[in-house]
Amino acid sequence: MTTTETRAGREPLVVLDDVSKHYPVRGGLLQSKDRVRSVDGVSLAIRPGEVLGLVGESGCGKSTLARLILHLVPLTGGRILFDGREISGLNRRDLKGLRREMQIVFQDPFAALDPRMPIGTSVEVPLGQHGVGSREERRSKVVELLEQVGLDDSLVDRLPRKCSGGQLQRVVIARALALGPRFLVCDEPTSALDASVRGQILNLLVELKERLGLTMLIISHDLRVVRYMSDRVAVMYLGQIVELADKDELFDRPLHPYTQALMAAAVPEEASAPAPARIKGEPPSPIRPPAGCRFHPRCPRAQANCQREAPPLEEVRPGHWVSCHYWDQETLDQDTTT
Amino acid sequence: MGDGQAALLEVRGLKVAFTGDPAGSPVVDGIDLTIGRSEIVALVGESGSGKSVTALSLMRLLPADAKITDGSVVLDGEDLVPLPEKRMKQVRGRRIAMLFQQPKAMLDPTAKVGGQVAEPLRLHRGLSRAAAWERTVQLLRDVGIPEPERRANAYAHQLSGGMAQRVMIACALSGEPEVLIADEPTTALDVTVEAQILALLRRKRSEAGLSILLITHDLGIVSAVADRVAVMYAGRIVEHGPAQTIFSEPRHPYTQALLRCSLLTPRSDGRVVSIPGSALAARHIRVGCRFRPRCQVADELGIAQTCESKEPTLIACGPTHAARCWAVAKQEVPA
Repeated sequence: MTTTETRAGREPLVVLDDVSKHYPVRGGLLQSKDRVRSVDGVSLAIRPGEVLGLVGESGCGKSTLARLILHLVPLTGGRILFDGREISGLNRRDLKGLRREMQIVFQDPFAALDPRMPIGTSVEVPLGQHGVGSREERRSKVVELLEQVGLDDSLVDRLPRKCSGGQLQRVVIARALALGPRFLVCDEPTSALDASVRGQILNLLVELKERLGLTMLIISHDLRVVRYMSDRVAVMYLGQIVELADKDELFDRPLHPYTQALMAAAVPEEASAPAPARIKGEPPSPIRPPAGCRFHPRCPRAQANCQREAPPLEEVRPGHWVSCHYWDQETLDQDTTT
Repeated sequence: MGDGQAALLEVRGLKVAFTGDPAGSPVVDGIDLTIGRSEIVALVGESGSGKSVTALSLMRLLPADAKITDGSVVLDGEDLVPLPEKRMKQVRGRRIAMLFQQPKAMLDPTAKVGGQVAEPLRLHRGLSRAAAWERTVQLLRDVGIPEPERRANAYAHQLSGGMAQRVMIACALSGEPEVLIADEPTTALDVTVEAQILALLRRKRSEAGLSILLITHDLGIVSAVADRVAVMYAGRIVEHGPAQTIFSEPRHPYTQALLRCSLLTPRSDGRVVSIPGSALAARHIRVGCRFRPRCQVADELGIAQTCESKEPTLIACGPTHAARCWAVAKQEVPA
């Protein structure tokens, strides 16, 4: 269903077409036939120059989706196109070329860098692997990359443990940009950082995006991060996209009950304010997801048919897609009449 | 604490230092903290501020290379710092209990969770096997675990993060402690579950009269549960006061900036607020205010020289509100 691409005239840079990733469940005395449906039938298109935010709770499959796009794990079903080329069929050499085009920034910069490797060497590694320039040229490129992320060359010989979390995340970003990618995936880029430096990294990503014309996928459980960074936002629940819209549209008019609950839970409430109506329980296991709509056991709006029929992802307003039998028509009516 | 409540836990001049770290100041550098009966106090700080070390030292559970070098931790009239380990074991769990960030890592993966809740009941309370099991099921039901009889027979890996944290709460409350120290109890949980766990802690406070020290980096959850807030930076308390006051009229530039940071709302130039630099070297500042290198207020008020030459003390800016800042001193004194 590549029809999510509605407005932009340009071809999308990344297309996900009914993408699935199921992991076999191992262990136990009996050989289990259960499978973890980590990503289950996701279709999305990311336009060139766009920042797409992907939000959801832990275990919803958002990180697996990122790894599928980068071809770090193989697909179970569906296909992924990058710049019009299907990536699952690529041979080794073409795949190496693809790696120059797409890169990822992981959550924990302390884990993403070799603790025994000086910062400069970490940034240089991808350049060496792809045979970029002479040794001298690579060294000066490293300094240039560090400057680009707001670090000076005194860090080149420093070990990671002598750096702050914010500095290390800048290093990770510098390394991701070393080969000049067009597409950058950021998986929880600020979750491991302190609140006081989180803004530094988000501002840097926005600047780099503008300066280098990057296309980005920002994955986060934090609605504030996604709201600040994204042009469009997709909400994921148990392996599926349940809502997709332009950022302002989604935050002003969330129509899916899950999106509404996420937003209600995330707003820091006043101590005196009445607690907002919250959803019950926790996300069920992706091994045996609920029949029908996967959200129905926790949903305040669920009706009998929600237990049987899975709702399709439908466009209810231009560019606003919702997967729910009983999405919030009232919110939509109120907002469009006023 | 303010409204004449009796202090249940009183920390005075607490200092904790790591033996292998002679260069910096102590990680916890002379902090005072008071928790009243059935009061929820939040200790807020970022990584390296010393908040978790504070928590561990209250429990006397510091790692081998860390030591309480000064100060007292008085629980209901008794100083815990000089207590022999044997006596401390009786205090731990029964009078003061702790909740950790990673509930699943704290549970034994090879034993049924019910047994882990029942164990202290048998050891400390001397309950029979059957009575301990019955009490366990009751405790699990009480923290909102559905089908507690069945869940008591589950293993940790069969529980979700939220359920595991509920089990840990049941565990912590099994000895009916007066004080619960909760170190980032919801950081590993999803937002929809986080709200449920915080509601449970609030309920325990009002039902059981539990006092809670909530240790967190997240100001968002503080506003939802705490009565009072203490903000920690580089081993020092830099501001404390009633939660509402801290949120509506923060006086320390660090607290002010942290509140703006946590909202992540763009400024007029389209960028979000952050505090420049990092707290990495702050503990090595020997002279002057430890927040000075990251502070913009000092420049704006033209008091940078004072800030760099002498460290401010906690200066009262209300009956129950104080901030460690020369700017506050400047504004408070002439009045």
